[in-house]
Amino acid sequence: MIPAAFEYYRPTDMAGVIALLQEHGDDARVMAGGHSLIPMMKLRMAEVPHLIDLQAIEGLSEIAISGGSITIGAMVTQHEIINSAEMEKAAPIMKEAALQIADPQVRYMGTVGGNVANGDPGNDMPGLMQCLNAQFHLVGPDGDRVVDARDFYEAAYMTDREDEEVLTAVSFAAPVGGFAYEKQKRKIGDYATAAAAAQIFKEGGKVSAASIAMTNLSDTPVWSEDAGTALVGSTCDEVAVKAAVTAMLDDIDPTEDNRGPVAFKRHAAGVVLGRAIARAWSRA
Amino acid sequence: MKDEITRDERVANLKGMGCSRKRVEDARFTQGKGNYVDDIKLPGMLHGDFVRSPYAHARVKSINIDAAMALPGVVAVLTAKDLEPLNLHWMPTLAGDKQMVLADGKVLFQGQEVAFVVANDRYIAADAVELVEVDYEELEVIVDPFKSLQSDVVLREDMVAEDGSIPNGAHGPRKHPNHIFTWEAGEEEATNQVIDNAEVVATEEMYYHRTHPCPLETCGSVASMDKVNGKLTLWGTFQAPHVVRTVASLLSGIEEHNIRVVSPDIGGGFGNKVGVYPGYVCSIVASIVTGVPVKWVEDRMENLMSTAFARDYWMKGKISATKEGKITGLHCHVTADHGAFDACADPTKFPAGFMNICTGSYDIPVAYLGVDGVYTNKAPGGVSYRCSFRVTEAVYFIERMIEVLAIELNMDPAELRSINFIKKEQFPYTAALGWEYDSGDYQTAWDKALLAVDYTGLRAEQAQRVEDFKAGKTRKVMGIGLSFFTEIVGAGPVKNCDILGMGMFDSCEIRIHPTGSAVARLGTISQGQGHATTFAQILATEIGLSAESITIEEGDTDTAPYGLGTYGSRSTPVAGAAAAMAGRKIRAKAQMIAAYLLEVHDNDVEFDVDRFVVKGSPEQFKTMKDIAYAAYNQAIPGLEPGLEAVSYYDPPNMTYPFGAYVCVMDIDVDTGVPEIRRFYALDDCGTRINPMVIEGQIHGGLTEALAVALGQEIAYDDMGNVKTGTLMDFFLPTAWEVPNYETDYTVTPSPHHPIGAKGVGESPHVGGVPCFSNAVQDAFRPFGNRHTNMPHDHWRIWQTANDLGMHD
Repeated sequence: MIPAAFEYYRPTDMAGVIALLQEHGDDARVMAGGHSLIPMMKLRMAEVPHLIDLQAIEGLSEIAISGGSITIGAMVTQHEIINSAEMEKAAPIMKEAALQIADPQVRYMGTVGGNVANGDPGNDMPGLMQCLNAQFHLVGPDGDRVVDARDFYEAAYMTDREDEEVLTAVSFAAPVGGFAYEKQKRKIGDYATAAAAAQIFKEGGKVSAASIAMTNLSDTPVWSEDAGTALVGSTCDEVAVKAAVTAMLDDIDPTEDNRGPVAFKRHAAGVVLGRAIARAWSRA
Repeated sequence: MKDEITRDERVANLKGMGCSRKRVEDARFTQGKGNYVDDIKLPGMLHGDFVRSPYAHARVKSINIDAAMALPGVVAVLTAKDLEPLNLHWMPTLAGDKQMVLADGKVLFQGQEVAFVVANDRYIAADAVELVEVDYEELEVIVDPFKSLQSDVVLREDMVAEDGSIPNGAHGPRKHPNHIFTWEAGEEEATNQVIDNAEVVATEEMYYHRTHPCPLETCGSVASMDKVNGKLTLWGTFQAPHVVRTVASLLSGIEEHNIRVVSPDIGGGFGNKVGVYPGYVCSIVASIVTGVPVKWVEDRMENLMSTAFARDYWMKGKISATKEGKITGLHCHVTADHGAFDACADPTKFPAGFMNICTGSYDIPVAYLGVDGVYTNKAPGGVSYRCSFRVTEAVYFIERMIEVLAIELNMDPAELRSINFIKKEQFPYTAALGWEYDSGDYQTAWDKALLAVDYTGLRAEQAQRVEDFKAGKTRKVMGIGLSFFTEIVGAGPVKNCDILGMGMFDSCEIRIHPTGSAVARLGTISQGQGHATTFAQILATEIGLSAESITIEEGDTDTAPYGLGTYGSRSTPVAGAAAAMAGRKIRAKAQMIAAYLLEVHDNDVEFDVDRFVVKGSPEQFKTMKDIAYAAYNQAIPGLEPGLEAVSYYDPPNMTYPFGAYVCVMDIDVDTGVPEIRRFYALDDCGTRINPMVIEGQIHGGLTEALAVALGQEIAYDDMGNVKTGTLMDFFLPTAWEVPNYETDYTVTPSPHHPIGAKGVGESPHVGGVPCFSNAVQDAFRPFGNRHTNMPHDHWRIWQTANDLGMHD
């Protein structure tokens, strides 16, 4: 658990960060809370000769909620998400999900930006961001660009972000309707055995729109468009939920690990999704 | 002289046995002021780190250290070739086998020590490890002990003679190159006869999975060889520092008086820190070679992958009974996977520990136990994780066999236990496999436990739940886990217990200072048990000085008397007895001093709490403080000055703590998630020294039991790769996963122990594992479950439900 030697940088503006990234290419990594990257470095599974700490960059730690739009700076911690009264009012699913990430010590340091940018399929925020149809804001040598969360993830630890780019914020429209983030895990601090994010909008006693995403059941988060569609027009009755689960199971591709064999994971995925839908519907 | 406080107040001031004195250790532990091995920093100290094998079985063709040596700050890279001239490339294990210190031509498990890098700082050492080039030739890997006994692949070439014959091992004949020993107890033929002719027979096979004690502090050592005065000082995570000194002397040739071994604060042991590890040996050799202190501290992954594991027992049982449920015989066979070297930490004559306590708390007329130890390509060990030697395995075995027999008899398992308990009047009771149980009152404890949880009501609720489940009203099933255990602790009588030839006595030396305070030193070493608190309480009651005035010291072999250390719940049964006996020697001399001061005959004074009083004249007395002072400032005819005593205690027998546990569990059959609704633990550890410390021990032991039963394992894949090498996958429960525990007790003192105490640190683990497991299994019993193996993690519970058709 001793990392290889690395250079540590703490630039004070984004231009400095980009310059370092351009200079060192994929030998450099930016660090937000460090709670994924540092353990990987200590295990020598990630070699990062140039580590760029974002702590001193201003303007990355704000939560902005206005006009039905929510923007979360990349350096906002899970702890801050949990304790923001405004966030709880505007997007209560954020708190419900953040409380299920790791443990309080990790949440003091762990950030939303790090959680979504790292590309770890076990992280909870990527699936949630896909459920909420969030946009990721990237800045690089050629300026800013925005990528949909649903288009961002390519494979485990592989994302649409270029080596010289930094993810600075996530934004999404304030969600409407009922919500739920349901997660099964082996213990506090664990990644999900299976987790489901559900957002359901009700009109005239029926589902008018639904969005569903799953965590740690493929090498990327899985937004299951068909699962959401299966609920539309229904009252989230048994048949509709079964259709949503069936659609979701077509989209995921879990692998066996210490959490269990594929059959179990698929079963658990169906159960957590059913529970997420039930809870979201009850709140819709 | 008029006494200003009452007798009750004097008793309270003593803080002696029976009071919940707060732990004196906790002030430093809770404020970051502990002094652990890694806190030791000496001038010029170097740091060691291991090159470890990525393979489970491979030939080491060459090791090139040039690149590592070229790295600035690297002082040395040791390999087996460097240790061979000192005859330290292999070392003896506590089990009579030997173990490679550094890979001698081959590696036998993933994580095995291959080379030891010594550098100016820890970071350079870690960098240099990556620069050591080892050329491996992979060999066929065997992780299954049954396949190992059939295989042509010889794991331990050193254990086969040149002509291909198989020499005897430390425990007799071996029947295959990969076979270590066969150990038997009881009468096989008689047992088979009873079972073959029995009215009812239940058979079951169960695997007690491999797990790990995983103390919070990993293992480590600091060796400092002073070449001027020829003294070696060794600080380390040692549960038995005196034995380490003796072993270090025998191995190194340094005379024992020139070796000082110190166990500073130890952050948990649970059996993991009983044995001797290559890191200790390498730090010593490196310090001898370099002439400066060398520190070695392993990280969490190294601890989980390479230091002593626990369990890995494949157990096959047959139990017979009458139709009415009276057990008539028990047969047990174990295939014991010991990994690459037999490094179990058991008394020499017990290669399977006290597995022969597997008749449990029951009056079983005839029994047989056979154990076959086997080599595989896994880490060595086989220590007793929070239990006396292999007792958790034994109790799990019998408590599962009882449940299976109850199924066979279609009988309530609580009733089946009652029918078969050893009765109060049968003690001392000699079991079919030879042990003499000292005392017990099992039925009283059992009845108290069942009443406390309203057992009848729970069974009615469970029956209703089964109906509701079948009617589709719920997806949760309910389990009632029972266990009744008898521990065998306090090893032990020198006549049958030794480690490397050292009899398993223990010791206490006490010195009373002139002003009436004291220091007592013992041969044990606390790893969090609270010895500084509880041993002072024993002495306070015995010698009449307040526990607050008694300092307890352990772990420094230059000052403490020789003892065999702390494991197997032996500290209170053995060293606690030594403390009481030393205290009584102090009291005997104090009585003579008091009589002299009071100008009466020795027999005319009697001890009363904190003083000696003249019989029939309680206003005439001398306090122990008065007496202590007199011992140093008066010339008393016929008495030497001073007031000190030493006792080496060889216990006449083991002690046999017992208990009755009940766990109530609700299980979601769709996710496999268990919720522990209730856990009731009744413990009988004989005389209770500190109820608060006992309760803490029980909470800790139960939590480790929960861990083992519900998910904690060291798992390997077919290539011998460790799949659970970090705390992400190795289940270490947090406060979040731990239920509320209800504790209760009865008191059945040990008749042969000076204060009647039996030891308690390990009971909750021994009783807890089967209780948690039985709760899971009981939940599925109404649906056809008979036995499923631990660990009962989510997916395996789900699998059980799935196999029983509960998802259809």
